[in-house]
Formats: sequence, structure tokens, C-alpha cells
Amino acid sequence: MSSMIGIPREIGADEKRVATVPEVVSRLVGLGFRVAVQSGAGENANFSDESYAAAGAELMPDAAALWGAADIVFKVRPPEATEVPLLREGATLVCFLWPAQNPELLRQLADRKATVLAMDCVPRISRAQKLDALSSMANIAGYRAVIEAAHRFGRFFTGQVTAAGKVPPAKVFVIGAGVAGLAAIGAAVGLGAVVRANDTRPEVADQVKSMGAEFVPVNLTEDGSGTGGYAREMSDAFLQAQRETFMRQAKEVDIIITTALIPGKTAPRLITEDMVKSMRAGSVIVDLAAEQGGNCELTVPGQAVTRHGVTIIGYRDLPSRLSRQSSSLYATNLFRLAEELCRAKDGVAVIDMDDEVIRATTVAKGGAITWPPPPRAQPAPVAAIARPAAHAMPAKPVPGAGSTSASMAAMFFLGALLFGLIGSYAPPVFLGHFTVFVLSCFVGYMVVWNVKPALHTPLMSVTNAISSIIAIGAMLQVAPPFAGTGGRPDGLILGLSIAAVSLASINMFGGYAVTQRMLDMFRK
Amino acid sequence: MESTLSSSAYLGAAIFFILSLGGLSHPETARRGNLYGVIGMTIAVVATLLGPMLTRAGMPWIIGAMLVGGSIGIYAARVIRMTQMPELVALMHSLVGLAAVLVGFANYLDPVIGARYTGAEHTLHGIETCLGVLIGAVTFSGSIMAFLKLSGRISGRPVILPARHALNLAALVAVIVLGIVFSGADSIGAGTLALLLITAIALAFGVHMVMAIGGADMPVVVSMLNSYSGWAAAATGFMLYNDLLIVTGALVGSSGAILSYIMCRAMNRRFLAVIAGGFGTDGGTPTAIEGERPSGEVVAVTAAETAELLRAAKSVIIVPGYGMAVAQAQHRVSEITDFLRKQGVQVRFAIHPVAGRMPGHMNVLLAEARVPYDIVFEMDEINDEFPDTDLAMVIGANDIVNPAAEEDPASPLAGMPVLQVWKARTSIVMKRSMASGYAGVDNPLLFRENNRMLFGDARKTLDEVYAALRA
Repeated sequence: MSSMIGIPREIGADEKRVATVPEVVSRLVGLGFRVAVQSGAGENANFSDESYAAAGAELMPDAAALWGAADIVFKVRPPEATEVPLLREGATLVCFLWPAQNPELLRQLADRKATVLAMDCVPRISRAQKLDALSSMANIAGYRAVIEAAHRFGRFFTGQVTAAGKVPPAKVFVIGAGVAGLAAIGAAVGLGAVVRANDTRPEVADQVKSMGAEFVPVNLTEDGSGTGGYAREMSDAFLQAQRETFMRQAKEVDIIITTALIPGKTAPRLITEDMVKSMRAGSVIVDLAAEQGGNCELTVPGQAVTRHGVTIIGYRDLPSRLSRQSSSLYATNLFRLAEELCRAKDGVAVIDMDDEVIRATTVAKGGAITWPPPPRAQPAPVAAIARPAAHAMPAKPVPGAGSTSASMAAMFFLGALLFGLIGSYAPPVFLGHFTVFVLSCFVGYMVVWNVKPALHTPLMSVTNAISSIIAIGAMLQVAPPFAGTGGRPDGLILGLSIAAVSLASINMFGGYAVTQRMLDMFRK
Repeated sequence: MESTLSSSAYLGAAIFFILSLGGLSHPETARRGNLYGVIGMTIAVVATLLGPMLTRAGMPWIIGAMLVGGSIGIYAARVIRMTQMPELVALMHSLVGLAAVLVGFANYLDPVIGARYTGAEHTLHGIETCLGVLIGAVTFSGSIMAFLKLSGRISGRPVILPARHALNLAALVAVIVLGIVFSGADSIGAGTLALLLITAIALAFGVHMVMAIGGADMPVVVSMLNSYSGWAAAATGFMLYNDLLIVTGALVGSSGAILSYIMCRAMNRRFLAVIAGGFGTDGGTPTAIEGERPSGEVVAVTAAETAELLRAAKSVIIVPGYGMAVAQAQHRVSEITDFLRKQGVQVRFAIHPVAGRMPGHMNVLLAEARVPYDIVFEMDEINDEFPDTDLAMVIGANDIVNPAAEEDPASPLAGMPVLQVWKARTSIVMKRSMASGYAGVDNPLLFRENNRMLFGDARKTLDEVYAALRA
């Protein structure tokens, strides 16, 4: 029975996004799921009920009906207190959850025997990129930050020489070159501004340059790369040097966009009141870290305020302000997750806790809290290397895939018949050997499915070497104890079997040697 | 050594063989797997040498034979080039097949053994002997044909005799009749004649079978012969009532069968269709493509322009095929990969399961050229990444990147999973000419707007590309 995915209307204040869009509805249906959408769910993102219905979704009149019908709920924001009791017992919930900040909510959901997948817990490894909703949202926030800044900033971004005089280009300084920072750089460069950027992680300098911005280093070397591609906290000496760098920039630039976040901590205070004072009147600061307390001392989360002639924008809902775009990207992220959960395309979601990505994302399973996941030994770059090993061959779980149950039944019947015939007529000695044979076939079948495709050639040469076991058969005939009796043509048999031993020995030694040679090349 | 002791030694050997196959699941444990195989074989050989079925007189013979065979084997393993692995593997299969035939004859010619069986057991033993010799002979001649095809000593084109299905059927009937004659023969002389005839028919059948199969289907053929060599050993085990041979033969047989299955699935073809042979030249398929041959402008580029495209790309996926192996270009590919990675370009490899001439062929070549295995991906892992890739570079592959497989239901390739290189921003196909691949199917990819052609021998052109990159 295929599962019903339910999309409720978001009830959070200022939340205009929706967890799926009509285009994705049809793709979810293609995976075998049924999809139900609460009436008006897409209204704020400009998706009409009719467009959802046309894509194959069932419309539900109100939240109670929707939550009651859904086996799997796709949402954007963590559920509100009024929504938790609506979730069916044992149902699955997929949304942003922030389990570190909302332990109580997670516990309540677990009490309802829910399985919860938190989109903010998707690990940052390359295989999971297509699920990475945080990056999708950060990208939009970075773009929107520039648009908000341009809206408040009283001048052109691009430099122009007009009949009415020369216009200098706006100077933009971006702090933090993560996904949001890079998106902001791209958008600001696109509008024609002169863009500079800073980040504590030196390796992003190239990315900054590739986006067309100048990288402004802090003149004190300290590597700020932490686990999972995020930044980590820095030492005092570094922070001092950093403040000096930012102070110099604040005097020169018109717009500052800050995106500095450290996972699980309040945002670092990077822009002091003094720096704000030193900026020209009419300048703009956009603080993308407002949700976590803000990178600027004067940020008022959720509002745009003017302090010392500088507009400081601390909106927390930048992605939601581009609701159509953010909804469709988020919907695609969720679709990719659904694909991972439903490899068989039969509309049944399977939570595979052996899958690294699914394991990290699942914060509660069937009522048991599974967050935080067991730590992985290495940071992201190494984790990505370990990936081929962690990625099991897709064919493995279903040996003999494609057989319908009818043909399976027929095969079992035929097999039983065959075994029955052999059992009734064959001599008992044969039956013993036959048992060994059939069991060995099964063992071989089970073992070989685990072999990685990259090792198929070594597998063939090893089996080749092993098949030289035929030499044993030849050896048994070279000089048995009964040689020379009963008119046995000893010479002829000796010749034949010695020839067989020599041939098989070529395989025996050559096969192992060449396999060893190949496997040695597979060293890192 | 007592017979019970040698039996338990055989059990130990069998366990080591199973561990050996299990070890191959991961590159990290694979070397240990090979070692287990060696240990298992050593136990088996030593237990036989010291066992009750061998008198001292035979020892020098066996040790001499093993020294000769072993030296040849080790020499071959040392000098073989990785591009020649498919040939070597095919040749080795043939040896097992031939050995099985010889053991079958030796066993039958022994009157002492023959006298042990009466009644039903006699018939059964006859059938077992027939089967062992039959499978061994098919493996032998089939592998020799595969070897000749793979090494280019004869053409890889399928050769199809008229009325071949009738011929095969006739062979089958003849073998059954001869088998009955053989089992019922009252003198060794008459039986030997029947057995010789069976061998001859089986040899002819093996040649005929592989002859009809085209070059692109070689991965299936090689893994199928791998499987046969196992079944031959298992049949010999039945004949000799030796459990070790049965177990080992069954392991090898099922391993080869699984590989064949995986290869067939990667081509979306049924095993029987591959064995029936003659892909691309058989039945009504060619007429289906006559109707609408893809056509249009082909944009050719030079090596220098290719270097320019590589330099401008942020992400590159390389799709190697048999052409890379033929041109021995894997080392040059590795150097270019190294160079690009140092420039901060993301380079990955996409391996189609049937790229090359045997399962896993490309992986071995890239490993030989020291391409790190963590940037080499299987089709299922990387196929979704093409849309986000700047440049897809196809080196000597054709059918495995043919969009017709997905888009044209009338194509002979329809339904075969392919690498979606055309979804990359730009693709470059390196080929010697506009000729179609082994399947004989035109490739619309070459006419795509975002596709570029780089004509020439892969090794030579890549030399030029590398020189232009460093300039």
C-alpha cells in the first residue's frame, strides 16, 4: 500500500513558503506516493489549489483532515504546539527541526511514536548535496540580502558615467563565504558593485575570486576550517586582527553583508557599534545571522532599523521573502529525499539506518530519539573519500531482482520437483554430493553479490585461480595405490593427468599472481 | 595421511575459498581475500600430495608438472599488460576446460575405477563423466575463441552460420544420443569412441557459440566462460566423488553466473539473447534504424581547444571506454587528471558496467595508472551529477553514452542504462572516426548542439591535449 504524503499550510508568522510545489507533486506521484495538499497551502507562494490538483494531489479542506490522512508530512518550519497533536501516531514528519534548539519538541514528537527527518541535519557530504535544504535556503537568503540592501541603499550599484555626472560603483563587503555569502557575492557582482569578501577558512579564497570578488585576508594566519565544511571559533589574537581588518573595510564600503555562523553557537559579534559609526551615512548592513543573535551589535532580529545613519537589516525570513523560489527548491530537496527513501519507486518509504545520509537526517525513529547520530571519525573531505565503501551496490538487497512473485513461485515449485525426483531415484552417495553442490551454489551466490563492481576483474582472476582446483582431480589419478592392477593403462593415464596438472598449475600460480598485482594497484 | 584427515583438510580449504571471495567485497580487504585463496589452495594441494590416493611414485611427477606450469603462470602474470587482462583471463579459462577434459578421459580409461560402479551408479557415473568432459570442452574451445577475438587475432565481428540454431539443436541431440551410447557401452574401447565424439562436438559447439557473439558482448562471454570453468570443475568433482572440487566449482560457477547476470542487466538484454549472438546484425533490428539516421552538424575541435575547455571547466567527468584501453591511454588520462585536480578542477570518472571487454576492466586500468579509486564512480552513483557538470569527456566509448537508448524506443539499444553525458553543459567525444560502436547503432550524441568531437587515436590526441594544457 503506497503512503500518503501530506502538505499542510504553514502557520508560522511570516512564513510564506510551502513544502512542495505542483511540479514536484507529479514527480512524487511518479515514485508511487499519493499526495494530499491542504487547501490554500501554496497561496503565499503563488501556487493555486487548482495547480496542485492538476498535478495529481488530493486537496484537503483543513489542517485536521490533512494531518489525519497523511502517513508522511512534509513541512517547512518545525511543527507548532497546536500541530504536534495533529500528527498521526507512528507517522513520519519531514521538516526543519533544529533538534539542538528544540529538544522538548523532539521529545513530544517521539512520544507520538513519530519518525522525524530533520532537513537541517542532512550531512554535508557530496552525495547528500541534492538534499541539502540549508544550502538551498542559504543561497536564496544571500541573493535576497543583496536585493534588500539595494532597496534601502540610495544609489546605483554599478558605476556609470552619465550626462548628469559620474556615479562611483557601490562597494560591498561580504563576511563569511559560505553558500549564502557566495550567493550574495554573485548577486552583488551581477548588479555591478565592487565586491570584497572575507572568511576565516583560507581555502575559500579561490571560490571568492571565482565569483568575481576580491578576497580580503586577515593578516594573521590561522585556519578556521571546522568539521563538515563549516567554520569554527577562533583565538583572541586572531579576533583582534580580524576586528582591525573589518574596521578598515567599514570606513571604505557602502554595504556590509554578514553571514558568519558557527554551528550550534550564537553568532560571533563581528561588527561593533564603533564600526557602524565609522560608516558613511546611507550605508546598509544586512545581517544574515540575525536568527542566531546577529553578527552586528546593533542588529534587531526581525526588523530593519536605522542607527547612526546606517540601515541595519536583521530580517529572519529572507528565504520566505522569495517564497516561490524557495518553495520550489525546498520541494526539490524533499523530492530527492523521497527518492532516497523509496529506491524501489513503490510509494513506500524505507528508513535505511545503514545509509550514512539517512542515518544523520533521522532524529527520531518510531518513537525512539536517534539524535545526535554517532559521530563520524573524519571531517567532510575525508568522509567524502570513504564514500564508495559506504555506498552499497544498489543491486545487493534484491538478488534476482525483476522476478515477479509468480515466476518465483514457479521456480520454487520446479526446484522442489527436481529435488524430489533426485531424492527418489538417485543413489544415496550422489545425494550427499548433490547437497554439497546446491549449498555451495547458494554460498557463492550470497558472497559474490557483495563484491564491488570495481573489483569484478580481480574477482574473475581469483575465481580463475581457484578453479585450478581441478588439478586435485588430476593428482588423484597420477599414481593411486591400485596402479598396476586390473590391466590399468598406467602410462596413458599418467600422461593425461600430468598434462592436466601442468595446465591447471599455470592457472593456480598465474591467477593468484596476477590478482595480487592488480590488487596492489588499488592501493591509495 | 589418513583419508578422514585429508577430508577435513579439504573442508578447511573450501572455507578459505569462501573467505577469499568474501574478502573481495572491498578494496581494503581484497588483498587478504587473495591470500586466503592462496592458503586454501596450498592446503588442498598438500593434503592431496600426502593423502591416501597418491603413492610416493607419483610425487616427483606432480611436483615437476607444478613447477613447469607454475613458472609459466607466474611469468605470464608478471609480463601481462593490464590492457590485456581480458585475453589472459580468457586463456586461463581455456586451461581449466582442457584440464577437465583430460581428467575426464583419464578417469574413464581407468578400469579399476570403472569396475567399482554397477547398475544405477554406473549410469550416473557415465552421465557425470560425459558432463564433465562436455562442459570442459565447451569451455576450452569457447575460451580459445574469446581469447583470439579479444587479442585481435581474429575479427570481433559476430560470424553467423546459416541455420545455426538447427546446427546447435542437432549437436544437442547428437550429444544426448552419444551420451546414452557411452553410458551403456560394455567395453572401454566403444565408450572411448563415444566420448571422443562428444568432445569433438562440444569443441565445435564452443567455437560456434563464441564466434556468433560480437565484441561489445565480450564482458558477458568472459564472465559466462568463467562460470563454465567452475561448472566443469564441479562436474569433475561429481565424477570423482570429491566434495572439494564440487564446492569450489560451484563457488566459481555461481560467481561467473552472477557476473554474467550483472553484465546482461547493464545492457538491458536477456542472457539467452546475448548467447544467441549476432547483436546489431541479427534479425529485424537494422531495418528499424534505417528509417531515421541521426544527422546534422558535427562540431570537431582541436586538442588545443579541448585543453581550453578543460581549463575553463570547474567540474569534469571522464567516461572511459574500450578505446582508451586499445590506445593504452590510461596513463595520459591519469596525468591530465592530476594536472586538472591541482588546478582545483573537480575531476571524476564514470564507469559503465560493460565498459571495456570484461567486468571491471576500466577500474583495473585506472588503478594501474594510479587514478585514486575514490574519484572513480559507478554509473548509478554519478549519473545524476551530469547536469551540474561543465564538461563530460568520453574517451573511446560509444554505445554506453548513446542517448537513443533512453529516447528512441525503436533503437536496438532502447532500455539499456547509459551514462547521460549529454546532460553536461558540454561534452567532448574522442573517437577515431564517425563509425558506430560495436552495436552498429548510430549515436545521436555526436550531433548534439553541445557536443564536440575530437578525432584521432586517444593516446596521441591526449598527448597533445596534455601538452596544450601545460603550455
